[in-house]
Amino acid sequence: MSTTAARRAGLDPLALRRDFPLLTAPRPDGSRLVYLDSAASAQRPAAVLDSMDDYYRTTHANVHRGVYAIAEEATRRFEAARLAAGRLVNAPRPGTEIVFTKNVTEAINLVAYSWGRRNLGPGDAVVLTEIEHHANLVPWLMLAEERGLELRYLPLGEDFRLDLSDLERTLEGAKLLAVTCASNVLGTVVDLAPLAAAAHAAGALVLADAAQLVPHRRVDVTALGVDFLGFTGHKMLGPTGIGVLYGREELLEAMPPFLGGGEMIRDVRLDGFTPNELPWKFEAGTPPIAEAIGLHAAIDYLTAVGIDAVTEHEEQLTALAVKRLSDAYGEDLTVYGPDPAAGPRGGVISFSFKGIHPHDVSQVLDTRGVCVRAGHHCAKPLMRRLGVTATTRASLYLYNDEEDVEALVSALGAVADFFA
Amino acid sequence: MAGLEDLYREIILDHYRSPRNRGELPTPPAHRAEGFNPLCGDEVVVYAEVEGGVVRDVRIGGQGCSISQSSASMMSAAVKGKSVAEARRLLRDFKAMMSIHEASLESDPAESAAEPEPVDLETLGELAALQGVVKFPVRIKCATLSWNTLAQALDEVESGSSAN
Repeated sequence: MSTTAARRAGLDPLALRRDFPLLTAPRPDGSRLVYLDSAASAQRPAAVLDSMDDYYRTTHANVHRGVYAIAEEATRRFEAARLAAGRLVNAPRPGTEIVFTKNVTEAINLVAYSWGRRNLGPGDAVVLTEIEHHANLVPWLMLAEERGLELRYLPLGEDFRLDLSDLERTLEGAKLLAVTCASNVLGTVVDLAPLAAAAHAAGALVLADAAQLVPHRRVDVTALGVDFLGFTGHKMLGPTGIGVLYGREELLEAMPPFLGGGEMIRDVRLDGFTPNELPWKFEAGTPPIAEAIGLHAAIDYLTAVGIDAVTEHEEQLTALAVKRLSDAYGEDLTVYGPDPAAGPRGGVISFSFKGIHPHDVSQVLDTRGVCVRAGHHCAKPLMRRLGVTATTRASLYLYNDEEDVEALVSALGAVADFFA
Repeated sequence: MAGLEDLYREIILDHYRSPRNRGELPTPPAHRAEGFNPLCGDEVVVYAEVEGGVVRDVRIGGQGCSISQSSASMMSAAVKGKSVAEARRLLRDFKAMMSIHEASLESDPAESAAEPEPVDLETLGELAALQGVVKFPVRIKCATLSWNTLAQALDEVESGSSAN
């Protein structure tokens, strides 16, 4: 089926499932694996696995160094992955503005370390939010302690979206706004473009944590107006160990290197070194070559399915899931997140169920082949703001369908029976 | 495949629904220690009042899953009124039952042994009900959380640090 035809026909999750070996592997009791934890990490289609396997089997060699044929090919594939990552988010200059890291956490730490240390000093303000993942919180807490920064937080509003009523005052005099694009707990999708514009008007740069956005929605860094943006391969059908930092060329140009070693240098003497040009200035040591190639395959797969089709599928399925959960359990189940009818919303559904602890909920769900996440989801301040220690979280992706939703709803019945 | 009945024995659910020794103790004279489960989502607070080498009183606070809360409840009942030495013995035996040998965690040469001593489940009383947890390794941390937190409190008593 051609890409256009697939898009017109809408996304067919059952057909897509067949591309994912783990989801279709035969299970001892013949049941279906209901994987509802893609927000933690997504599954891999065979195309991604094949791309990495083929690389290792036919053309692995270290990159940027070898003159021989397989080294040339390895380098070509690696750099092609970089350009693909840049095109995915519409970076103006993918050849210099895309830096490979090991994940989003490292990408944010890179900015905190290289840009933050050079440009932030005592009394400087950084604006964050109450809903951040620890990856976009802890690096700033660390930097704040080291450099005497003032951290300000945009609060969570009653409707589970950001409360922007005090935005102008919060941004006043700030040097950086670091914000998530989509919450990994609430499913809230942040309307980033106007937020970024307000930050720029106040003289602040903008860093976007797009870990939960890029796998699920079209992202255009130029249209959003962000200065830095991070995303990660393993949440978008790619392998673990590969993340991407987009940074505006003039910013990256002015920043000192992050990690030191080989590859990121132009010249090294006993008394000093000259850093390499962009983007390799920020890529020290042998990079995750196979992983970058796997990421490229994941980007191609998502593009072929159609990212807009993925978004539409998830929004429909999320609305269905929230409705089914409400129909089945009413007051016994509380969803923490915006109403799907009220606007764009990610396929992440965090909930409390009958006062039963998430560990226990997920334990019983496991006996029904339903995989959900229990805990604080690397967002402890948000948990405190919601007044809970932990929640159970189900997350949807392109390979989930109505049958998965029903399996979740019915398995929760088993939870209720067991702990009644 | 291990069933839920192995994990959630009746005693465990009883302690979960009616946890013993919930509350706080004034500090000082009691010591307060807080523990967080690396399998995130459980928090436990242990208040221990130790006088004359005896654990005179224990209270449990915090929120967590049925395994962590029931284990904390059972722990509190088991150590209250015991000497510190007896409490530490129970801790060692409980961890041995959870197949965790203390030496491998604390790397204290004085404590390490080549082979773990076989645990007499009789001495553990109700705590033996948590034995099924070993079939669900990820939940072992839930079961040991309150014990590790108690150990923290006892360590503080022993080092003579002022109660917070």
